[in-house]
Amino acid sequence: MIAEYGQLALTFALCISLALAIVPLYGSFKGQQTALQLGNPLAYALFLLTAFSFWALSYAFWSNDFTVVYVATNSNTLLPWYYRLTAVWGGHEGSMLLWLLTLSGWIAAVAMFSRSLPLQFQGRILGVMGLIAVGFYAFVLFMSNPFMRSLPYFPVDGRDLNPLLQDFGMIIHPPMLYMGYVGFAVSFAFAIAALMGGKFDSTWARWARPWTLAAWMFLTLGIMLGSWWAYAELGWGGWWFWDPVENASFMPWLVGTALIHSLAVTEKRGTFKSWTVLLAIAAFSLSLLGAFLVRSGVLVSVHSFAADPDRGLYLLAFLLVVVGGSLLLYALRMNSVRSQARYELFSREVLLWGNNIFLLTATLVVLLGTLFPLVHKELGLGSISIGEPFFNQLFYYLVIPFALLLGLGPWVRWKQQQVQPLLKPMSLIAIATLILALGTLAAMQSIQANLALLGLLLGAWVGSSAIFELLQRLQQFGSVKQGLTKLNASHFGMTLAHIGFAVLVIGVAMTKTYSVETQVRMKAGEQVELAGYQFMLVEVYPLNGPNYKGEAAELDVSYKGDYVTHLHAEKRFYTVQRSVMTEAAVHARLSRDLYVALGESLSDDSWALSFYVKPFVRWIWLGGLLMALGGLIALCDKRYRRGASQKDAVKQKDSADA
Amino acid sequence: MNPRRQKRLVAVVAFVLLLGGAIGAMLYALQQNIDLFYTPSQLIDGMGDDKVKPEIGQRLRIGGMVVKGSVRRAPDSLKVSFDLVDTGPIVTVEYEGILPDLFREGQGIVAQGVLVDSTTILASEVLAKHDEEYMPPEVAEAVKGIKHVAPKNYQPETKKPEAGQQP
Repeated sequence: MIAEYGQLALTFALCISLALAIVPLYGSFKGQQTALQLGNPLAYALFLLTAFSFWALSYAFWSNDFTVVYVATNSNTLLPWYYRLTAVWGGHEGSMLLWLLTLSGWIAAVAMFSRSLPLQFQGRILGVMGLIAVGFYAFVLFMSNPFMRSLPYFPVDGRDLNPLLQDFGMIIHPPMLYMGYVGFAVSFAFAIAALMGGKFDSTWARWARPWTLAAWMFLTLGIMLGSWWAYAELGWGGWWFWDPVENASFMPWLVGTALIHSLAVTEKRGTFKSWTVLLAIAAFSLSLLGAFLVRSGVLVSVHSFAADPDRGLYLLAFLLVVVGGSLLLYALRMNSVRSQARYELFSREVLLWGNNIFLLTATLVVLLGTLFPLVHKELGLGSISIGEPFFNQLFYYLVIPFALLLGLGPWVRWKQQQVQPLLKPMSLIAIATLILALGTLAAMQSIQANLALLGLLLGAWVGSSAIFELLQRLQQFGSVKQGLTKLNASHFGMTLAHIGFAVLVIGVAMTKTYSVETQVRMKAGEQVELAGYQFMLVEVYPLNGPNYKGEAAELDVSYKGDYVTHLHAEKRFYTVQRSVMTEAAVHARLSRDLYVALGESLSDDSWALSFYVKPFVRWIWLGGLLMALGGLIALCDKRYRRGASQKDAVKQKDSADA
Repeated sequence: MNPRRQKRLVAVVAFVLLLGGAIGAMLYALQQNIDLFYTPSQLIDGMGDDKVKPEIGQRLRIGGMVVKGSVRRAPDSLKVSFDLVDTGPIVTVEYEGILPDLFREGQGIVAQGVLVDSTTILASEVLAKHDEEYMPPEVAEAVKGIKHVAPKNYQPETKKPEAGQQP
């Protein structure tokens, strides 16, 4: 019965979302306080009903209720309990339910934390989010119901969860990613609500900023976890594949990053208004495009769910309604908005504009590379694929000017900056950059003009610029100690996120340049050497897990004769799904990863094994983590929690900050 | 022109130049990195209405079913070769390295590589999807409705055997 209650709750939730889409919006246009005040309780009810429905599906997984089709296709009695619970979002229907849970969670959060906003504006935000919710709740209920029963004939046991998804990364990757995707719906709702009112000022941007930062932070974490998961689980030692589905999550991230920076300009200077609104629309539209690409079956990828053209058509129609409707509203309303602020050519505004241009060009590159094969095929020109070099090459060209600007940006004042006062700090930073980059390569005894040098130069430039700028800013408060308590949190967050980007760039460049790999055929007792490390295959023995069988290999690693570590690599055969999985052995250090994957069994007792030594690969995820942490710190800034009534005081303080 | 307009003009011109340059670079890079997808019969008989065949040395992707019993391993290295088939013609794929977990005879795979002679591909990457019933969609399209094809019966010079014909 629990599953029926879950479905019932979901049906009620659809009705509530309809009410949420109509009542507060009606109230906001008719000026009815009661209708507006209904928005909050409706939002909470929506969240509670969805949470109950999610609990019901989780319970079906927990209790192995295989009469529910979705449970039967994604779980098994042999599956450990924690994977049974995370299997809830292991397939299309359940992951859509998780999507609804995050959406209703964001709606409830908006209801709770924006009580200080004008009631009319808050009602409009909730109304727009309600409209989005109607689209998704209807999609889940009518096109991908997770509670469908297969009575009276139901399977005795389930078909098990895809072995790829039986991993710790799977437990947290999708929730984080969805929090990010859906979070951009809040930025979108803020933009649309402002368009309805036709009023854009810096207070509007100040309200929208923390929500955008939160969504961006979750998306950053989600993408980073996905990359780490692919590295650990796919057994190829790769961390980014330019897979269409990865691209689908990367595009909203790029636009979201542009949006954060553009919002900063709108808040501090009251300009870039229409641009910011466009970016907010674009970020959410790209999230929807991602959902369409993954769930329609037009793409072939490790991530894509079972193909269903109807679902794809629905999501495409939904995407078109959202994009078309919001752009129409934009066209009708935006010509009345004027920016008064003036700025010179060398000013922070222009540099942030440059940041946006590069981020959008990068988005365009990813969009082109992802959609071009689809278009090519639909036109009947044959199937093609876009090689990885396309993306790598273009990102290589884009990141150089982007990082150079990023090192300069925080030093430049709003409105107008004279070149003279910047010469001294910038040349100091340039010298520090050269010393750091060349010093690192000298320590590694390989000074060459290669990608690693470029990456180190760019990373050191961005990193040292961020640190010097923070120190200089702190000293303006009298002393560094005093500055630490007085400087606002968003400045610390920005600095940390920029350092994170520097770490990421260094990690990518070093890994790409110095990674070595070899694939060898070996027997127990044999040894192979790679980058100074000796890998000795001690033994290979059979393995028996709860829902799999397989082989495990034990290896001893030494470096120039000294023992380093012991590695344990597995090859698993999941009996229910009849599929093979490689569990790579990884020994991680900040400076390098050792990565061993057990391949297939060959004749005469020998095994195929792949060995990788990947210097600085951890820096890639560390960089992502620092960026997300920077977002979190910026989010804690006190000024985002001030009410609307204090806006004048805030304005004065902000212009003093700037 | 007043200075404000002039600034605006500079900004617009810079924007247009940047955008133009970016799009040009993108299209050039795109052109360099397109890999066409072939099935074994398209590779041998040519693709499309014009029967265009790939040139030797061209980078391409090929997808098909691995012919049963065709996987040959070198005794002392990780070199391996196997045959791919869709509706008749056979092409050989050579590869050195570890085959993906789901590589099995009789199953659909996709290989990325370079054409070394008219029926052989030197693969740099072999992909098999993590799904028991996976077949590259292009292959699924090509073999739709054909129940069984005996690869041995196929002779490139003569007409293809009719669909469903048993030897």
